Amino acid sequence: MTRVALYRVLVILAAVLLLELLCAIGVIDRITMQPPHLILRDLGRILISGKQNAAILKTMTNASIAFSLALLVGIATAAVLHGYRALRETLDPLFATYYAIPVFAFYPLLIVLFGLGDAPQIGIGFMLGVVAVIVNTLNGLDRVPRVLRKAALIERLGAAEVALKVALPYAAPYVLTGAKFAVAYTLIGIIGAEFIMSRGGMGYEISFAYNNFDNATMYPLIVLILAVSISINTALSWWEKRLLARRGL
Amino acid sequence: MSANALKGVRNAAMLIAGLLVAWQALYWFVGDAALRPPLATFRYTLNLVTSEAFWPHLSETMRAFAVALAIAVSVGLATGFWLGSHKLSSQVFEPMLVAVYSIPKITLYPILLLAFGLGMPAKIAFGAIHGIVPVALFTINAVRNVRPILIKTGRVHGLSATEMVRAVLFPAALPEIFTGFRVGFSLTLIGTLLGEMFAAQRGLGYLLMTAIGLHNVDLIMAVTLLLITFAAAVSSVLLAIDRRLHRRI
Repeated sequence: MTRVALYRVLVILAAVLLLELLCAIGVIDRITMQPPHLILRDLGRILISGKQNAAILKTMTNASIAFSLALLVGIATAAVLHGYRALRETLDPLFATYYAIPVFAFYPLLIVLFGLGDAPQIGIGFMLGVVAVIVNTLNGLDRVPRVLRKAALIERLGAAEVALKVALPYAAPYVLTGAKFAVAYTLIGIIGAEFIMSRGGMGYEISFAYNNFDNATMYPLIVLILAVSISINTALSWWEKRLLARRGL
Repeated sequence: MSANALKGVRNAAMLIAGLLVAWQALYWFVGDAALRPPLATFRYTLNLVTSEAFWPHLSETMRAFAVALAIAVSVGLATGFWLGSHKLSSQVFEPMLVAVYSIPKITLYPILLLAFGLGMPAKIAFGAIHGIVPVALFTINAVRNVRPILIKTGRVHGLSATEMVRAVLFPAALPEIFTGFRVGFSLTLIGTLLGEMFAAQRGLGYLLMTAIGLHNVDLIMAVTLLLITFAAAVSSVLLAIDRRLHRRI
């Protein structure tokens, strides 16, 4: 293990131990937070008993659907938009403002449009995720070297082929950056929508547990969501780094 | 007016016109159940902002947002300057910051509520945790990319650490730091509003949440319109300053 990695582990251990200590001497009381080792124990219990499996499955399925949609639609939109400079410049201010807008305000509209099932939640997750993919893919497409486009012209590739075989593969690391944001944003969308109005899912269970002072359910579920999003993010970062390393960056 | 500014105004006008047309078309498609047409919304919004009950909500939100933004910027800048100029610390802590950036922070709201109680402090905390990390990450990169010769010159002149930050690092890194501020502004705003939606009894976020709960479409549309207008206006100004700062170099 390198020195840096060792320090990193030590910092995290120190933070967890500090939380344990604060809980043990009562600075943080039991109604506010359980000590970390109890959270882990409760998480184990929940996973083994399987009583939250339906909620976990629902949230994770919806998040994956929303994420896949955001990725596909985002990449396709960016590939098309990159060819229309005027349209893109017109939409730029919208992209710059987008993440300051509370997209949840459109949740009632989506419920009226799609009914009370999972679709409105997937819709919110998709709406939050897609713009991050579009913006980052556009950023990657801007960096495609002109020599590659010229080579594609000499090979007489059509516009679709240039996008699929030259431009998008070159932009892949930037698309991955967008994908990382999209993971977080789709989860925010799905869980937030479940907080507001839904009949199941991890967000619903967390707010139900909160309202009933059921910390033994609330904290483990929160930790589980954080762990899932951090692991996916780390995996995507690792992939991104490998792609960049292959280019000597 | 320069050609560039003229183009910007034309683009903005076209975007607004396009959005209004799309909005009206969507209204014809969806109907009164979940939408109001643009004209009716403007009329209702005008009534809302001239009513006395509205102003306490607005001032509450603005106060919370201002404090949250101040915290996000000062803590973010301090962290950024520290990690940007100290290599070992940044190797240890930067991956953690990136991980924190990627977690869906909305899941943390029950914890903040338990820690801070219902009201102003919880909202401010929720806004600040959204804003701190992007400001810090952009500042780290900005400080790290300051040309070494500037720092060496500062050392030759025997500048102290604070003088170095004030006279060399900050001016040289300003454009990138400002980009961080722009992103931090958006995220702090959405953080504060989300905090109000789930954890408050006053403020625009609370107004929006009650409107969603009561399915008061007029109010949902009016509050959303106000928030979008505010966010769009400020972020276009910030975007313009951002571009000007970047052109200077």
